[in-house]
Amino acid sequence: MGNLAENNTLHADLEPAIDIPSDNHYYLNMGPQHPSTHGVLRVLLEMDGEYVVEAQPVLGYGHRMQEKMGELKNWRAFMPNTGRMDYAAALQYNHGYVGLYERLCGIEVPARAEYIRVITSELNRIVSHHLWIGAMLLDMGAFTPILYTFDDREQVLDILEDVTGSRLTYCYFRVGGVCKDIDDNFIEKTRAFIKRQRERFDIYNDLVTGNIIFIKRTEGIGIISPDMARRYGVTGPVLRGSGIAYDVRKNEPYSVYPNFDFEIPVGQNGDSYDRYMVRLEEIEQSLRIIEQALDQLPDGPFLGKVPKKLKMPTGDCSFAVEAARGELTYYLVSGGGDIPYRLKIRVPSYSNLSVLPELCQGMLLSDLVAAMGSMDLVIPEIDR
Amino acid sequence: MPPELLRMIIAAVLVVAFVFLNAMILGYMERKVSAHIQRRPGLMEVGPHGVLQLLIDGFKLIGKQLVVPEASNKFLFRLAPILSFAPCVLPFVVIPFAQKLQIASMDISLIFILAMTSINVIAILVAGWASNNKYSLFGTFRSVAQAVSYEIPLLLSILSIILITNTFSLQGIIAAQKYYWFILIQPLAFIIYFISGLAETNRAPFDMPEAESELTAGFHTEYSGMGFSFFFLAEYANMFTVCSIATVLFLGGWKGIPLPLGDYTGIFWFMLKVYGLLFVMIWIRWTFPRVRFDQLMTFCWKYLIPFSLANLLITAVLVKLI
Repeated sequence: MGNLAENNTLHADLEPAIDIPSDNHYYLNMGPQHPSTHGVLRVLLEMDGEYVVEAQPVLGYGHRMQEKMGELKNWRAFMPNTGRMDYAAALQYNHGYVGLYERLCGIEVPARAEYIRVITSELNRIVSHHLWIGAMLLDMGAFTPILYTFDDREQVLDILEDVTGSRLTYCYFRVGGVCKDIDDNFIEKTRAFIKRQRERFDIYNDLVTGNIIFIKRTEGIGIISPDMARRYGVTGPVLRGSGIAYDVRKNEPYSVYPNFDFEIPVGQNGDSYDRYMVRLEEIEQSLRIIEQALDQLPDGPFLGKVPKKLKMPTGDCSFAVEAARGELTYYLVSGGGDIPYRLKIRVPSYSNLSVLPELCQGMLLSDLVAAMGSMDLVIPEIDR
Repeated sequence: MPPELLRMIIAAVLVVAFVFLNAMILGYMERKVSAHIQRRPGLMEVGPHGVLQLLIDGFKLIGKQLVVPEASNKFLFRLAPILSFAPCVLPFVVIPFAQKLQIASMDISLIFILAMTSINVIAILVAGWASNNKYSLFGTFRSVAQAVSYEIPLLLSILSIILITNTFSLQGIIAAQKYYWFILIQPLAFIIYFISGLAETNRAPFDMPEAESELTAGFHTEYSGMGFSFFFLAEYANMFTVCSIATVLFLGGWKGIPLPLGDYTGIFWFMLKVYGLLFVMIWIRWTFPRVRFDQLMTFCWKYLIPFSLANLLITAVLVKLI
């Protein structure tokens, strides 16, 4: 092991935060270019054979100064950036950002616009969960499910492309509404998708949920207790998998979510399997919300009256939405004018990732990959 | 030149040609079957339905530069692919493709095949060690532990057939299946053999050594060009060997319903059965997630070995009684 020991000291120089390990331990660099870190996350692992002794996530490889850019531009100029933080669920990032300005400046949003926002956001949540199911199974060595979920994902992306103009990094919402109205074609296609998706759950269950290897790999693995989840500020499906029924859509309702009847699925054990089941159930709940929103969709304008140059009052304001990965909060301090003095973005994946060092102590490397997959991390969102 | 030597040279050339052909057929089959399992067309570009794609891939791999890592043990690094490829060619010498189509008939052909396929483990060990890469070493540790463990149920399940036939000759075993296939009287041994065979050839769901989501590419992470393709060829040749032993031991070898193909009837049935089993292997790979390493070992030591031992014992008692 001569060469490996030399490598250890090399890494220890780079990472003074972790001590040089004893003789039996060694370092393993997972990332920044690794097939299952989904982006440029680097996890420095101290290993004892196949077991992880300590893990240290190293962030910042995809840092783009999003917050600083937000402090240099007015909302129109910064709007496209919001869709580029979490590329898998961009519309919720749009929603949080426009909601922030609307709350601060007291701008009225037409009812139709709010409904369109809810419908498209929920479609985006489904798309994000599709991506996650495929990616997690890919981490566990099953190649096929991702092709099936992407088949469904494509259907939604086609629908969203018709109305928003893009397939991934949306910039669809505006302060005061949305930039384009939905038409009958959109409604028809969405209804067709809801019907199709409900039938597809059977395929998911046959292929994944009931599979003995999948159950063995996820049940009891990566258990996040409710206490641990609270300590780290974990939100979203990961928190709900631990049995805490917290959802911004219910607990701090925004937009027109109070008008809909839907449930918050929760897990019992907080293991990877529960997180999987919670997300699968969330797709069904999103379908229910979309169905109700399409039934209740009011007529009227889709964009309210908004001055060309926004005059923000002095003070601060925050706005939280339930993004696909958890609670997303925008916080803004304004000194007047139309450019914020300070913009802080609280992203869910950052807090969810912070559980990892405590979670993976004594875990097998294979389980670490599966547990990290079950947390649904989007790295550009963490680095932002 | 003595005719016997000439015969051996021709046979050797044919065997190597067949190994390459088999890798091309299996590579095409794997990509096409996986594509259809995943509801996509798969290879379509080169030739009709992409049949020439594997040929082009082969040329590409030959043309690639062989990158040897700076910190590696260069001699062992270059030796490993050859060590992996050479022994997996040898079993083809004794595989009975048809009644008269067997290059060399030995009384211990079964033992010969098992001995040759076991050498592959050493090649993986050498490859992982020489690469001086932690991921490669990880893959190697797993692979060696796995191959050594799964050899036991594999051999035990074969032994129960040997008890019935009293011969290690493959032709002899086929001849013993005159009225029925051994899968009918030894279904458990067949299942154990097939599962161990999957593990032995490092196929999913037991593809620990190259678990790409954990270890990037396992023991062959550092290999490129022909170094990689030798491992690739060896994997497919081993798959073929494992399936052809299964065909000989459990599915009656080249025996089948007589067809108007003359002497080719035997080879037709043999190939049909072997590629049928290979199809099942591919099917399994593209359906299941990967098992965890400790679960894999638990499965072997706690389930496969006791069951195969029990099966062997029952077989021995029954053979004695009858």
